[in-house]
Amino acid sequence: MSSLLKNMIRFVVFILFQVYILNQVPPLHQFLVPYLYFLYILWLPFTINRFWLLIISFLFGLSLDYFTGTYGLHAAPCVLIAYIRPFLLNLLIPQETTEQSYIEPSHKSMGWAPYALYVGILSFVHHFYLVLIEWLQFGNFVYFIGKVAGTTAISLLMIFLAEMLFNRNSRYRSS
Amino acid sequence: MKNIFLFIRRYLSFLSFLLLQVMAIVMLSSASKTHQSFFATAANEVTGGINKQYSGFRDYFALKETNRLLAEENVRLRNMLASNFVSPNTDKELYVDTLVKDTLGRSRKFTWLPAKVVGNSYALQNNFITVERGSNQGVTKGMAAVSSAGIVGVVVETSPNFSKIMSLIHRSSKVSAMLKKDNNTGSLEWDGTDPGFLTLRNVTKGAKVAKGDSVITSNYSANFPPKLLIGTVAEISSESSSNFYTLKIRTATNFFSLQYVYLIENVRYAEQVQLETNTSKIP
Repeated sequence: MSSLLKNMIRFVVFILFQVYILNQVPPLHQFLVPYLYFLYILWLPFTINRFWLLIISFLFGLSLDYFTGTYGLHAAPCVLIAYIRPFLLNLLIPQETTEQSYIEPSHKSMGWAPYALYVGILSFVHHFYLVLIEWLQFGNFVYFIGKVAGTTAISLLMIFLAEMLFNRNSRYRSS
Repeated sequence: MKNIFLFIRRYLSFLSFLLLQVMAIVMLSSASKTHQSFFATAANEVTGGINKQYSGFRDYFALKETNRLLAEENVRLRNMLASNFVSPNTDKELYVDTLVKDTLGRSRKFTWLPAKVVGNSYALQNNFITVERGSNQGVTKGMAAVSSAGIVGVVVETSPNFSKIMSLIHRSSKVSAMLKKDNNTGSLEWDGTDPGFLTLRNVTKGAKVAKGDSVITSNYSANFPPKLLIGTVAEISSESSSNFYTLKIRTATNFFSLQYVYLIENVRYAEQVQLETNTSKIP
């Protein structure tokens, strides 16, 4: 399956999974909101153009917003993590070897420790910014800190489960 | 000139990042204005269509609960039938029909329309409900939404076949409510924590309120007919620095399992709102 087709299918699946499964979960606690959709941006290929990365992330966040009725709320954090992503990848991976043999970031292509750091930082930034935008509209400071921490923790747990469940085929590129 | 192009090319990703961020924030802060735009309406039709497919699956799992609620409501309504009461004077029968004016000269103020829920969120801070009945079927902005158990929200956006209801569990929702016992009014809001509880502010300390008291819609609301059930008092907190109680209300509606709602139109809504906004301009 080509990388383009695979990512188009993922786009739809991640949005539908977030809207119809995770957003339907009865709230466990006010601090715990399950968010997994932004993993799509983390899984995009290494070689993608920076400009298109930003545009795709914006459209991705916006299409979730159309389901939840909050235009722009998820688009803004998606664009932010898409902008940070290339800098972080440059820091975390040995450039020559990895980018030439693997297609996309995974624990196989980067190793467990750098990949965990990559996922951890980007999900923290995403939730920090998302809750900050919400918080400027309403809320108090304890709510802000608690919600960022709780939401990041539950997202990391779900990303770990997703990595365990789906053994992404990160084979060597044929070229 | 050449330098400008070089600059744009060099910082293309940073500039597009800034542009997209600003776009997102502007969309977010002017959300209520963009609701009127064509783009938003078109997207509402698309997401509404997908929501409809999805709710088709889920309906089968909720049939039992829906039946129970309808049966309960039928019992309640049947108990109100005129035939259950013996009138003191039996030589005259009263008929209340659906005409604009009935035989006693009373004119109709509220009309009720049923609508099927095709989308519902309750885990977010700003929750909306999508129903399958739009402007083609007589829905207008500002109509009230009520379930068979209690009130649900207010219509904020309509497209030809769908409309969007701002749920009571939305951070900017505000409804005028009163205590059933002594008619003291307050303002009903949601603090964003638990979807099962609402907050009723500004109830005077003169009110004799106890846990378990019913809270109903007040006469002051333009959207809602008076005396519809909202919920029951679950907790009373009073601060010594203010003259008002803040009450925690357990909602009568179960927002997790909404299947059908009634949309209520106030025939005199436009007239009332216009008069109220006019008078508020007078200093």
